[in-house]
Amino acid sequence: MAEETRSIMDPIRAFSEGASPLDFMAVLDNFDRFLMGAWVTLELTFLALLLGGMLSIPLAIARAYRHPVLNGPIWCYTYFFRGTPLLVQTYLIYYGLAQFDFIRESMLWKPILSQAWWCALIAFTLNTAAYTTEFLRGAIEATPHGEVEAAKAAGMSYWTRIRRVILPNSFRRALPAYSNEVIFMLHGSVVASTITLQDILGVGRWLNGRYYLAYEGFVAAMILYMILVFGISRIFKWWEHKWLAHLRPRVESKGEPAAVVQ
Amino acid sequence: MDVLFEYRGLLWEGTVVTIQLAIVSVILSVLLGLLGAVGKLSENPVAQSFAGAYTTLIRGVPDLVLMLLLFYGGQQLVNDFGDATGLWGYVEINQFMAGSLTIGFIFGAYMTETFRGAILAIPRGQIEAGIACGMSPSMLFRRITWPQMVRYALPSFRNNWLVLIKSTALVSIIGLQDVVYMAFTAGRSVRQLFTFMFAVLIIYLLLTALSELGLRRLEIKYSAGVRQSEGA
Repeated sequence: MAEETRSIMDPIRAFSEGASPLDFMAVLDNFDRFLMGAWVTLELTFLALLLGGMLSIPLAIARAYRHPVLNGPIWCYTYFFRGTPLLVQTYLIYYGLAQFDFIRESMLWKPILSQAWWCALIAFTLNTAAYTTEFLRGAIEATPHGEVEAAKAAGMSYWTRIRRVILPNSFRRALPAYSNEVIFMLHGSVVASTITLQDILGVGRWLNGRYYLAYEGFVAAMILYMILVFGISRIFKWWEHKWLAHLRPRVESKGEPAAVVQ
Repeated sequence: MDVLFEYRGLLWEGTVVTIQLAIVSVILSVLLGLLGAVGKLSENPVAQSFAGAYTTLIRGVPDLVLMLLLFYGGQQLVNDFGDATGLWGYVEINQFMAGSLTIGFIFGAYMTETFRGAILAIPRGQIEAGIACGMSPSMLFRRITWPQMVRYALPSFRNNWLVLIKSTALVSIIGLQDVVYMAFTAGRSVRQLFTFMFAVLIIYLLLTALSELGLRRLEIKYSAGVRQSEGA
């Protein structure tokens, strides 16, 4: 028996495969795959939020100021996408579009519309844009009238007012709601794994199939998602601290709140 | 369109499963939510940290991950535990159980926040008055806390319910024959997935619109007293 040539990992590996309730070595051996999965998840989520956010700004302005032509169609769009499951929206785009010959013969078919990654991105973007439009609209409508009057008095034109006064303050007001939307989008991105993409959950499912395991892949995915969510929450806390600084009480009292008589 | 009419029985069956699943899950989530809210508001640090960990976990983990974990892992865990302790024999977690347990568990965390907020919104003086009248804790809950809590909780409950209905679509992934699963199977066999998926979207819109109507009535019922006092 050549004890010396044995790796220090052997007893750990034996423990992992035998006595340990979770075969953690199977996860560690494939850690690079999980990192790639995390990249796919983050890339899809971030791009969808970016594109959806950009799309939602003009839509929210049109909704908030009741554009005579666009308000109705935009309302239909947001109602439709907010009232239906993201899973079905993604299926509609990924599996559904192939039904139409003119789409399959179009130039966009091969590079974009037949690719799972692009379909997921399109579905996620349209979904998050619908939610963002509605709460951004709420934030724009909540603009104090005095701010608009002051901007008018200062001689700003319509678009300057929107750019300098209304939008920046509305973004601030919408920030706490937006942090929820970002987390929901991250949660929603698991749908990508159902259309063959290898995001975090996709890797977890692959791992369980490959090693014939019941929990390990999902537990690893769970931990990774939690890390991402708490990272995102942190970033938003910091942003709220920074951009909503004017709303914080000037002196933070350290004393206990007044005791309630029991 | 004709094709949808041809498969209407299948779609209807799926819709019924979706509705059943949503109702079972929402009942479970309300029970868990009440428990969680009581835990969060109690002075017992163990109950507080349990309820806190519960809501944090749910906020951190996507619903589908929990569902797959429960469906594939939970079954093995339950049976391993049963084998080891000899408490029970083979238990099968079917798709309906896994789906409703997971969705109920997830929305229980959201309901916890809903009910916590609603209980906190009840003026403290009313509870004190109840104690002063000599009401027992259960009577206090039945007569003072519950009727008002429902009113304060309804807007947030409504929101949770609408999200819950949409979440039920995920059970098709673990093979439960809900409306998405049925439409997907039918659509694939006739190669018209767009038509069928679009029909599913419309069915979901109808379900949410119908439940809005129902919840509206509930809101009117539970805010009956408020209108009178406002009018006076």
